[in-house]
Amino acid sequence: MSPIINLLIFGGLAVAMLIMSVMAITSKSLLRSATYLLLILICTAGLYLFLHYHFLAAVQVSVYAGGVVVLFVFAIFLTTPKDQVLLKHEYRRYVYAALITICGVGLVGFTLFKTKFIYAANPSVDGYLELPMQDIGRALMGTEKYQYLLPFEAISLLLLAAIIGGILIARKDKKDDGKDESLL
Amino acid sequence: MIKLEYYLIVSTLMFFIGIFGFITRKSMIAILISLELVLNAVEINFAAFNRYLFPEQMEGMFFTIFGIAITAAETAVALAIIINAYRLIGDININDATKLKG
Repeated sequence: MSPIINLLIFGGLAVAMLIMSVMAITSKSLLRSATYLLLILICTAGLYLFLHYHFLAAVQVSVYAGGVVVLFVFAIFLTTPKDQVLLKHEYRRYVYAALITICGVGLVGFTLFKTKFIYAANPSVDGYLELPMQDIGRALMGTEKYQYLLPFEAISLLLLAAIIGGILIARKDKKDDGKDESLL
Repeated sequence: MIKLEYYLIVSTLMFFIGIFGFITRKSMIAILISLELVLNAVEINFAAFNRYLFPEQMEGMFFTIFGIAITAAETAVALAIIINAYRLIGDININDATKLKG
């Protein structure tokens, strides 16, 4: 693809992501927020494809779009109150949040434009450089320098702990068994 | 050519949109969605820095992969807590969750 088309697609993805981020945090309906989040995550996978991290894009779509958003949707279904009233805005909180956001964007933007990044000699972003799957697998399964078996195992323990914790926390109490029948 | 700065601008704006939502939203699930935006922005940064500045290595990509896994675990536990809080207090408004205040 020509660089111009690449840039156009990237710009479209970026603008769509930002607009949908704003929609996701301002939308009144939680389900709509979750849908916008899903689209944002898929667009992020598109950005990873632009960086030629194909495996990362696949992980992003399968874990985020496939797992996390489904969790969100189920949680929203399980927790929507029967008489959903719109919450009153607290304008003071909006003012504080806008202040923090503007200060933060200013600070980070200033740093960003002051910094000159030393690009690698061949960032191979426009060229084709896919990370071979074998390299990823070896790096995940080795114990030498720049290999990641220990974090990998730590993640597996963390996921186990999250599973057990999720079951423990969201478990129904034996006492009010009849009352909560409609929830699960 | 797409520059590194473009990725950083996108992720910066996304990060602070997430922060804004984190402060202003009342529903616990909406706060969690804002948190996802923040984490997603950070992960874009990792991958972009890795590709543009150190393309021979893959540390940034692995940080992103581990970050995605940790985010999934965190979301699962947080949603379990929110469902439990809904059972206790009847809605998911963050201002009503005052049981631990004592």
